[in-house]
Amino acid sequence: MTTESTTHTAAATGATAVNTGLAQMLKGGVIMDVVTREQARIAEDAGAVAVMALERVPADIRATGGVARMSDPDLITGIIDEVSIPVMAKARIGHFVEAQILEHLKVDYIDESEVLSPADYIHHIDKSKFKVPFVCGATNLGEALRRITEGASMIRSKGEAGTGDVSEAMKHIRTINGEIARLTSLAEDELYLAAKDLQAPYALVKQIAREGRLPVVLFVAGGVATPADAAMMMQMGADGVFVGSGIFKSGNPAERAAAIVKATTYYDDPAVVAEASKGLGEAMVGINVADLPAPHRLAERGW
Amino acid sequence: MSTPRIGVLALQGAVAEHARALRAAGAEVSTVRRPSELEGLDGLIVPGGESTTMARLAAPVGLLGSIRERHAEGMAMFGTCAGMILMADQILDAEALTGFERIGGLDVVVRRNGYGGQLESFVGPLEVAGLPGEDKTPLEAVFIRAPVIESLGTEVEVIASWQDRPVAVRQGRILAASFHPELTPDHRLHRYFVEITAEHKVS
Repeated sequence: MTTESTTHTAAATGATAVNTGLAQMLKGGVIMDVVTREQARIAEDAGAVAVMALERVPADIRATGGVARMSDPDLITGIIDEVSIPVMAKARIGHFVEAQILEHLKVDYIDESEVLSPADYIHHIDKSKFKVPFVCGATNLGEALRRITEGASMIRSKGEAGTGDVSEAMKHIRTINGEIARLTSLAEDELYLAAKDLQAPYALVKQIAREGRLPVVLFVAGGVATPADAAMMMQMGADGVFVGSGIFKSGNPAERAAAIVKATTYYDDPAVVAEASKGLGEAMVGINVADLPAPHRLAERGW
Repeated sequence: MSTPRIGVLALQGAVAEHARALRAAGAEVSTVRRPSELEGLDGLIVPGGESTTMARLAAPVGLLGSIRERHAEGMAMFGTCAGMILMADQILDAEALTGFERIGGLDVVVRRNGYGGQLESFVGPLEVAGLPGEDKTPLEAVFIRAPVIESLGTEVEVIASWQDRPVAVRQGRILAASFHPELTPDHRLHRYFVEITAEHKVS
């Protein structure tokens, strides 16, 4: 490695800088779930900033049921060979060996994801032990800060994956933004209790209160299915969006993918978002989150 | 001399970071997503991000041709990482960009992801020639899935090299770097670009 000549401390700082830095390069972009090399090619050609390589999109994981695990390494390396943009892949919550495998396969980012069945109902992966960066889901600020403390270089709000219903994604980004805004309004001596309530380290809570933002990039995921959904998340202050089932479960994936990319860049221009929304054919059918019985809600996985 | 006006191409990528660094370096900053927003700019930064994404968003709205025109009229340009790829006259190993228009103008041959994937990303101390100011200490250069300059034309001046390969170059009023000066609090390279912009200021 080229960082070998630097001191240990500098090398550690370097790892953080390149890993949070890669997430900064993805800002304003769309990360798309793909299950084949062909889909990965369509995603890159449509302007995705990265792809998430997996065996089944969340909508199909829901439909099939059973235990959902890391994808076959052959599928992941095939997709890495296919595209020039970064490739992410999912490990189960707490499954550090799946993460070791994904790092060995040289994925660019690991998503420790509630979309797969958790492997540990108490602990998440100690992400600080890895050189490869991690993105983790969060439904609120405390959860985001615990993941960052464990070494996550990027946070995505969870939403409710595989539904095509954007309401949970909306709830989570509003919650996170609201809790950050509240921290900035507290007196310094009130931050100790805030840290206790958030179940997050005091130093990190103090930093957020001072800067008014997370120290890492915040994307939105879970239920984004249309250009308008993506633009709304960007107007809510998201740094970018993940689209899972929304693209390849729709009638015209290539056009829908390009339209969502465009709407994410020009999110504050209704004329462009309207134009991008035209003639896309059928969106994914979708499930209303309210109709999902609690045990089937993926956002409740992770702690 | 009046304050130079510098735009940041804001289709995707590290836009806010460049805007912050430019303001700290003394420029008046705006973002550019449409050809009309190039009007009156003395300089333009094309940031890091995904070059494939930016090329696909820029072409249909006519941004690339407008950038070339404004550059011919005197606008300075600074490309970092993906931005350098978009300014390079030739790219190797870039099937994903085949058939896509780019900005061009920088007489170099670039290989995308030249060091490899994210596990090969690194930070290193980098000596840069010609930086303004008294501080001549190395920059902390952050390389993320960085492109590599394979060869360069006679008009191109190498201002920094990492392990004998050029990583920052200048050609007249074009500056390009394969690393990310916008990610560190050291704004000397941005100050350098602001100076280049001021030298060539048209308006």
